[in-house]
Amino acid sequence: MASLVSRVPRLLQAVGRTLAVQATRSYADAAGPVGMSFTFGSPAAAFYNAATNVRQVDVPTFSGDIGILPSHVPTLAVLKPGKLTVYEDDATVNQFVVSSGSVTVNEDSSVQILAEEACRLEDIDPQLARSGLEKAQQQLSAAGTDAERTEAQVALEFHEQVVKALE
Amino acid sequence: MHPCCGDGLFHVPEIEALLAHASWVRDEHRSAAMLSRTALFVPTCTQVRGMATLKEIRNRLKSVKNVQKITQSMKMVSAAKYARAERELKPSRPYGTGAAAFYDKVDIEQDREKPRHLLVTIGSDRGLCGAMNSNINKLLKNYVKDNADKEIKFVTLGDKARQALYKTHSEYFMMTYSNFGRQPATFSDAAEVAEAVINSGYEFDVGEIYFNEFKSVVSYNLRPLPLHSLESVSEADSLAVYDSLDAEVIRSYQEYQLASVLYACMKETNCSEHSARMTAMDSATKNAGMIPGVNAIKSLQSVQVMENQSTRNHCSIVLYFSVIIQLNNAFEL
Repeated sequence: MASLVSRVPRLLQAVGRTLAVQATRSYADAAGPVGMSFTFGSPAAAFYNAATNVRQVDVPTFSGDIGILPSHVPTLAVLKPGKLTVYEDDATVNQFVVSSGSVTVNEDSSVQILAEEACRLEDIDPQLARSGLEKAQQQLSAAGTDAERTEAQVALEFHEQVVKALE
Repeated sequence: MHPCCGDGLFHVPEIEALLAHASWVRDEHRSAAMLSRTALFVPTCTQVRGMATLKEIRNRLKSVKNVQKITQSMKMVSAAKYARAERELKPSRPYGTGAAAFYDKVDIEQDREKPRHLLVTIGSDRGLCGAMNSNINKLLKNYVKDNADKEIKFVTLGDKARQALYKTHSEYFMMTYSNFGRQPATFSDAAEVAEAVINSGYEFDVGEIYFNEFKSVVSYNLRPLPLHSLESVSEADSLAVYDSLDAEVIRSYQEYQLASVLYACMKETNCSEHSARMTAMDSATKNAGMIPGVNAIKSLQSVQVMENQSTRNHCSIVLYFSVIIQLNNAFEL
């Protein structure tokens, strides 16, 4: 699009400019990313603090899994247990497992993801995760009260997602 | 300054006579002596401005040394706790700013004229940590005074606020949490407080969190953070730019953000508390070590040695006297 604009004669440059503006609006990644300011942390660790080298983030939320690019439409969401993937500019991909928390995408393209618990996927011991899943299943079948059942369900869902993320 | 009998030290009749008529003998002591003269018990000596004996000064020095030992060990304990609190503060800072960022950007205005106010203060259980608790107490008192026509409720964390204000301001207290600050705060502590505030049923229009923000080992800052109710958030105009929101999402989001903000504030407070106590104990220890009396007592001993060796002459008595005065000034006896 940019090369096309440069070929437009001088008289039409005004129109060309509007075209270029429109192009920026419609192809956020092609027209040079605005750059998102990405914050991701849990109470125990801050993984990203207003980082600008992030291209895309895939987040599991209760409103569905969303992929956040720079200039994403502002939104709020509630984190769901699952795998969170961060794609950095230099093609490194970092994978995390999160339990619950909040996702905020603001108008100025700043993104805040606050997880109650989060850790890197490679730090998880698959065997422990699987035994945790079994334990959660037992807990659910043994649950007597409603509160216990809900607690066991949360644990079960979390462990299921961890095991799924590891596959 | 307390009156005590001049015993043992001044056996030189000239000096005793001098003291009895000295113009700096305080009037109340004179009148006390006059009164007691008419009483049943006749005092064995006239009361003069308290001059400490060598023994008293030694005792005083010993107690200062003991206090120094205590402050020294309190400083060590605080230093260890501070190191941990500071380490834990690092990840919680972005967490707190991240949680507060949304409210900054949405820019929800609080109308202070509305009738129902909620103040959440985060202090500590123990004192000796500078002015952080008294700052909070002062603020709460003034807030009540300045907003006399409003309904105000306090949620206080840490015993100090309750101890200071419960007698006079009991009707304002909604919830108090003790046992805060001894152990490092955890996210579940914050979640518990957030849940209690939400479930309290108090529908506040204006909310504020007050905590001491950690700046450096020697400084902290009392800082307010707005606390928004679910209504004020969901009624905010600028919320319209946010996509795909429903009431359930906003509610869960709001609850979680409140816990996150509280968590960050708790961590800041923990860090300020321990650093302030460390600094206070450090200077107390230094002060105890810097008593001018330590040197004075040495010269006093040398004077005594001199006295033992030679006959008491006028010169040594003057020296003795000046050292005693020095010591008295040092200890404000």
